[in-house]
Amino acid sequence: MFDIEKIRGDFPILNQQVYGKPLAYLDNAATTQKPQCVIDAVNHYYTCDNANVHRGVHALSERATANYEAARQRIASFFNARSEREVIFTRGTTEAINLIASSWGGAHIGAGDEVLITHMEHHSDIVPWQMLCERTGATLKVAPINERGELIMDAFEALLSERTKIVGVVHMSNALGSINPVERIIEKAHAVGAKVLVDGAQAAGHMAVDVQAMDCDFYVTSAHKMYGPTGIGVLIGRESILESMPPYQGGGDMILTVSFEKTEYNDLPYKFEAGTPHIAGVIGFGKAIEYIQGIGFDVIAKREKELLAYATAKAEAFDGLRQIGTAAHKACVLSFVLDQVHPHDLGTIVDREGVAIRAGHHCAMPVMQFFKVPATARASFSVYNTEAEVDSLFVALEKAKAIFA
Amino acid sequence: MFDLRDLYLQVIVDHNKAPRNFGKLAHFNHEADGYNPLCGDRLHVYLDVNDDGMIEDVSFEGEGCAISVASASLMTEAVKGTPLSEFAQKFDMFQHMVTSDLDETPDEEALGKLAVLAGVREFPSRIKCASLCWHTLKSAVTDSHTIAKTE
Ligand SMILES: Cc1ncc(COP(=O)(O)O)c(C=O)c1O
Repeated sequence: MFDIEKIRGDFPILNQQVYGKPLAYLDNAATTQKPQCVIDAVNHYYTCDNANVHRGVHALSERATANYEAARQRIASFFNARSEREVIFTRGTTEAINLIASSWGGAHIGAGDEVLITHMEHHSDIVPWQMLCERTGATLKVAPINERGELIMDAFEALLSERTKIVGVVHMSNALGSINPVERIIEKAHAVGAKVLVDGAQAAGHMAVDVQAMDCDFYVTSAHKMYGPTGIGVLIGRESILESMPPYQGGGDMILTVSFEKTEYNDLPYKFEAGTPHIAGVIGFGKAIEYIQGIGFDVIAKREKELLAYATAKAEAFDGLRQIGTAAHKACVLSFVLDQVHPHDLGTIVDREGVAIRAGHHCAMPVMQFFKVPATARASFSVYNTEAEVDSLFVALEKAKAIFA
Repeated sequence: MFDLRDLYLQVIVDHNKAPRNFGKLAHFNHEADGYNPLCGDRLHVYLDVNDDGMIEDVSFEGEGCAISVASASLMTEAVKGTPLSEFAQKFDMFQHMVTSDLDETPDEEALGKLAVLAGVREFPSRIKCASLCWHTLKSAVTDSHTIAKTE
């Protein structure tokens, strides 16, 4: 039985007023709130176990290392990685993509090669590839989207060729909510010999991801969009590929032996984890995954689907509202513009009603350009949101309309 | 408590709906671009200064939120027909108004209609929306060719 009161009770931050109104936090695509268990896990680490990992022989260091590696194990099994060696901690999605573009891209991309992405990528899955192409003389290709905000698969396939070395594709778009058919994309890309990186920053907190079933080469995501801490994320890579890649950063932890003549690199995953990691972040990330598993994706997905359907019906009935992103297969995101009211003004007005939404380009300027809008307002939902909060949003939108009438 | 209506005063709503001095001037001798990456507001201002150093005409084009459009509209009204030499002082006066402490009452006599924008002080994330046009006009006055930002 889904108990919304219990779930909301897990998130202490939700129980507050802003400007004298109950908070309705509808900016989950930017970052989700953290349950008490995650806050406690981070707190416990600093209170009781804080020490550096992989180096001390003392009790605290052994505890810290054990907790750190236990989180890695949990994350490996959550994504069904083949082993913990495939699980590399990064600062987040952005750093993970930069790692691949720099390390794998630097070794495998040259002049005449192509990198293929889609028109709905987040800037973090555009700019690192642009930088790589600039450095190497490769070409960045962009697969188009349609008016509903869906990838045009025929056009995507037509852009694939033996020149395509890697495909970067977002699993679920943060600006539109569209969910891409990643299995098919991967199958087609592999058929021409290209590798595939899936940007799971949005998706991983909303649906089960099995990297083996998906058959992706790299899956990347950020803990903070899945109830975990900021500043920590993960790259899950195919071991055979990671083995062949040069390190990304040099330093402590990523080495076996160092002399001035030669350095021998450490094994996976440490080869890609130079320096003291975000230990508390990893432990909090592991706890966040445990929290998701405790609720279950079937429950989360069902609940979030209900919320999106409820909000979408209201949006369709709202005079002067135009939805941006109406993909047949989408989740959790209601992006829109209102006649007469700029998204930035909307953001301010609904904020004063206690409703937190995002107004802007959502780090996806090409999406804004495609829909010919400077920005959109975006409400994004999580398992702890309620219909009443969606109602608050629409009451606030009426207010905005009245101000500009 | 501060009310939304104190930000979206009728004057601001009106200037947003029907911005004054909107469009490209037929004759101008200074211009500049302004851009606020946070919200995507884009402005272009045109300025015509005559031989006596008077702002003969001024206009703007672009798209943005109500605060940025209304502020640009009010700014053009405030500077049109005034000596260019007074612009720096007006700029400082406006900057001071939108960044001063909330308990400081704006000098309505000196600011005129511009005082309606004092409400943005209550909304820190919106101050840049109000000041973008002023930074852009400053770029035009100094013939700076870098795109004006509010930093
Ligand atoms: C689809 C998508 N990709 C990448 C990112 C970047 O994630 P981070 O800022 O955590 O590195 C985000 C976050 O907004 C996102 O929504």
